[in-house]
Amino acid sequence: MNLRKYLKVYKKFLHTSLASELEYKTNILVDLITAILSLVGSIFLLSIFFQNNGYIGGWKFEQALIIQAIYTILNGITNTWFNPNLTEIVKHIREGTLDFVLLKPIDSQFFISLKKINPSGFLEIILGFFLLFFCIRINQINLNLSFLTLSLITISCSICILYSLWFIISATTIWFVKTWNAIEVLRSFLYIGRFPLSSFSFSLRIFFSVFIPIAFITTIPSEVFLGLSAFWKILLEIIVATIFFINSRKFWLFALKFYSSASS
Amino acid sequence: MISNLINRKIFTLLKVQYSNMLEYRVEIALWAISGIIPFFMLNIWTNNNLNESINISDTMLSRYFLCAFFVRQFSVVWVVFSFEEDSLMGKVSPYLIQPLNPFLRYFAQHLAEQITRFPFALIIAFFFFIFNPESIWIPNLGILLLSIVSTFLSFLIQFLIQSIVACLCFWTEKASSIERLLFIPTLFLSGLLAPVVSFPAYVKSWIYLTPFPYLIDFPANLLSGNETNISGGLIMQVLWIFIFFPLFKKIWSEGTKKYTAMGS
Repeated sequence: MNLRKYLKVYKKFLHTSLASELEYKTNILVDLITAILSLVGSIFLLSIFFQNNGYIGGWKFEQALIIQAIYTILNGITNTWFNPNLTEIVKHIREGTLDFVLLKPIDSQFFISLKKINPSGFLEIILGFFLLFFCIRINQINLNLSFLTLSLITISCSICILYSLWFIISATTIWFVKTWNAIEVLRSFLYIGRFPLSSFSFSLRIFFSVFIPIAFITTIPSEVFLGLSAFWKILLEIIVATIFFINSRKFWLFALKFYSSASS
Repeated sequence: MISNLINRKIFTLLKVQYSNMLEYRVEIALWAISGIIPFFMLNIWTNNNLNESINISDTMLSRYFLCAFFVRQFSVVWVVFSFEEDSLMGKVSPYLIQPLNPFLRYFAQHLAEQITRFPFALIIAFFFFIFNPESIWIPNLGILLLSIVSTFLSFLIQFLIQSIVACLCFWTEKASSIERLLFIPTLFLSGLLAPVVSFPAYVKSWIYLTPFPYLIDFPANLLSGNETNISGGLIMQVLWIFIFFPLFKKIWSEGTKKYTAMGS
């Protein structure tokens, strides 16, 4: 019943935000070109790294492409759901409209995390999947059930971690009011998710797996695709994702205690 | 007399915007941090010994990326986003009545932000030198002045390009998606992520005819003491300004004729 109610509400969210976004049709076309160019650009950058070297951090070019594919998919998900919604939190808090959200007979985290959708992110997700299938072919990965479940699990964990990172940073708005730029910092850190973790120096590797677990987001799923990943790594990713997800929830409830509406 | 008036206007604008920017020190500090991508790239380059193939020593490359960071810090432009917001909110109308081109206001805003940003950039550079003490160098005064000039020219080029895109707001309302599209070639071709010398020959053959390498690669090479054609670079920068400035004037006068006040 409860789940059904939320599904029904979500359907309405989808309907309204799609309708308003499709008002700007040329925008979607421009965004498509942007997504394609951005992918071409990062493959170009990768090819510069590989032009005189066969391996980078132990990864071949064909293998590093998988990371690009997964990054593109996750970036598409970020642009479709996280970015439009979580930047909205800042607005809600600044203008005091969070009051209206809190008054609704629905979970506030659900509402502010899923209210909006940006359809142009879909194109990026599709693009990422195309590249992923291409990589599966050139790396001669054979698909079987256990492999598919493992990759599905790790990618969902990555999405959880990514969501929690975005959400926690956006939720700090309750104290700091303006956090656009904190989001920009997160974005620039996420950028390194395009490259295998082992290509960085030891200290950066530690930083990006302990403090900001960007390492988990793209490298581990790619290792699963290549059949290189050890079991403990997958387990670790599941644990990290769970911790992050639970904490994002706890953090939101904690932050709400400090919310004092604006202009009232 | 007229130039005196313009000077006074610009001075007042700068003063107002500077005190405005000082209010948001934390914001600007965060923004400065979000520009550290070049350091991640440097880490990939040196950690995998990729620079051997392009004949640049570790020290020179780290200087290059530090300078790229600096040039980027002082040539970031966001007119499109400010102008789009102002135009959607109907704030452009009062600006248009004033005997002052609204873009001068944005220009002063950018300059004031750069002044505020300067100490934070210095702090980041300080930390960079702590981790890479061997890359400390002192450029001679002439080179320093020339690179400040070329960084400013790079800022002007980007400001003009974005102002042209911003004027498209008069026709399409959402010009920021076009800016995001233009940002992709800027990101990959300007030398922020990899020095242009490392690009494959089929790109190097035409890239110097585009404005991109003069945005970051040229000033960064100049400041870091890497090999570059100083007079040629400066001439190209000035040339691009001479191309974009009349274009901006034209599109501005066309656009203001087309302008229909929004939200009023």
